[in-house]
This record gives sequence, C-alpha cells and structure tokens, in this order.
Amino acid sequence: MVYAISLWIALYATWLLLSGFYTPFLMGLGAVSCAVVVFIARRMDVIDHEAVPIQLGWRILTYWPWLIVEIFKANIDVTRRVLSPSLPISPTMIKVKTAQRSDLAKVIYANSITLTPGTVSVDVHEDEITVHAISAEGAADIAEGTMNRKAAAVEGA
Amino acid sequence: MFVAAVFAILITMALAIARAVAGPTVYDRILAVNMFGTKTVLLIAVGGFAVGRPDFLDLALVYALINFVGVLAVLKFVRYRDLGSAGPAREPGAVD
Amino acid sequence: MAVAIDILSWALLLSGGFFVVVGGIGVLRLPDLYTRMHAAGVTDTGGAALILIGLMLQAGFTLITVKLLLILLFLWFTSPTASYALANSALFDGVKPLLQKRGADDEDEG
Repeated sequence: MVYAISLWIALYATWLLLSGFYTPFLMGLGAVSCAVVVFIARRMDVIDHEAVPIQLGWRILTYWPWLIVEIFKANIDVTRRVLSPSLPISPTMIKVKTAQRSDLAKVIYANSITLTPGTVSVDVHEDEITVHAISAEGAADIAEGTMNRKAAAVEGA
Repeated sequence: MFVAAVFAILITMALAIARAVAGPTVYDRILAVNMFGTKTVLLIAVGGFAVGRPDFLDLALVYALINFVGVLAVLKFVRYRDLGSAGPAREPGAVD
Repeated sequence: MAVAIDILSWALLLSGGFFVVVGGIGVLRLPDLYTRMHAAGVTDTGGAALILIGLMLQAGFTLITVKLLLILLFLWFTSPTASYALANSALFDGVKPLLQKRGADDEDEG
C-alpha cells in the first residue's frame, strides 16, 4: 500500500509539473487520472519494491553525484581517445562478480557501468556481469570495484 | 549561440546517418538510429529555444520516450523475428 | 550577474556541442560495434547533459527547467537500457568484439 501511495504522489507531481494548469477542476481531473493509473497498475500486479524503489531513499541521492562526476571523467577520457590521431584504444572484455544481492541493485550497477562512457555491460547473468571496455585501463577500473561497492551500498547493508 | 549548438547536433546527425548507411551489421545501423533519435530530442529542445518557443520541450519529452520504445521494439524484432514473443528466458551457451 | 549566467550557459552549450560532435566522429572512426557504442555513450551522456544544463541556465527557475530536467532524467535512464539491449542482442547473434590483440595487428580492418 505504501508503494501505491508513493507511486500516486510521484505521478501526480509529474502531472502537475508537466501540465502547468492550476485550476481546481483540472487539478482534480489529474488526481483522478493518477488514481486510475495506480488502480490499473495494482491490478496488473506491477507495483512492488522494484517498480517504486522508495526503500533506496536518500542513499541513491548520495550515489548520483558521485556517478555524475565519474561520467564526466570518463567522457573526457573517451573524447581524448577518439580525437587522438593514433586512436589509442585497447578493447577488453572482462567479467566481474557483483557485490549486490537484489536484482534492482544489480540493474543499478549494470546501468551505471553502461552510463559511464568507455565501459558497456554486455551481459548480466546471476551474479556476473560481462563488461566491454574501450581501454585496458577502463577495464582495470571496473575490476578494481569502487563502483561495485558504491552500488552495493545503495541497497543498504 | 543556439545556432552553434544546432549546427553541432546537425553535423552529428549527418555522421550518424553515414554510419547507418555504412553498416556493416544491423546492430551498427540500430546504434546509429538510436543516436539519431537522441540527437533529435536535443535538436527539438535547442531549436525550441532558438526560435523562442520553449513549449517544444513537450515534443522533445515524447520523442525521448518514443525513441527508447522504438529501439527496443526493433531490437526485439531483430532478435526474435516476432514482436509478440515473450522470448526464451535465456539462450544457453551463447556467451563464452 | 545575468551576463555571467549567459556566458556560462553559452560555454555549456558549446562544450556540449563539442562532445556531441566527438561522439559522431567516434561512431564513424572506431573499428567495431562495441567500441562504437562507447562513442555513442559520449553523445548520450556528456553531450546531452551539457546542452540541456546550458538550456536550463537560459530558462531560469521556471517549469521549463523542470521539463529539461525530466528530459535529461529520461535520457539517462533509458540510454543505458537501450545500449544493454543492443549489446546483448549483438553478442547473442554472434557479433564478436574486436579485442586487444587482433585490434593491434590489423587496425585498418573493419
């Protein structure tokens, strides 16, 4: 139930921000439509801790700034490699063991790997992620596991 | 200054089309089309500001979502040759 | 103050445009599918973020900024998922990645 209410709040906040109309009638219509969506989602049985991940709470908010900094560092690195005339790439494929237990945290980790330019997660199976990296250094960074630990910290100890 | 950003995006769209034409695999083409799609989102956003009509952003928002769903649909079709299939849970032994 | 924000937003727009073009060049220049995906990642994350943040500075504290933020959020949530689906399908279809040793030997291939 707490997931359904959080979903309704998130939907209604998005609706209010996107619509830009603030008359009581339209706001009421928006509230009703959001309630209908939540009702249908409940009947489809898709409301759970994965669809509405409120249990991550503030921990995800401390993870994102760190991730954004990593993404910009990686952007500059890949830009350097693409623009240098000798094309200094050394494509590498490695497998890493995930430190996360829940599927959701594994998805967060795999998507963080992909979101960081220079590394793409190619296959996730059980607790193993296959990563393709544009350079051996990038692969070594992943194998070293800082991001793995940070993503595991998101799901809580 | 918006014009410079619009030009950068247009150049990249042209490069993406070149890659989509060159291929060689179908996945290269899908990658290029996906990139073209995200550049369309940026182009609509920047273009809306350039002509002074930021309400175009709603279109950009919809484009971002349609592009994502579209790429997944094409990938699913390429992989299973059937948009309705649930697909096998996992194809064994494909990754070594 | 307004001038400073304008200059900052122009700088962000220009550097965003730079990253976008770099990604485009990379997609043409890199040797195989998997390495090209890294270049596409540069345009999707760095380029998109810088351009949209530049536009946010132009818009100021309005609903427009919120919409730009939503676009950025959607792009950053969906693009890794699409990349993963693409890489995974390609791998299962037997597209072999060009790995280090071969890449060093015959660079002109592909």
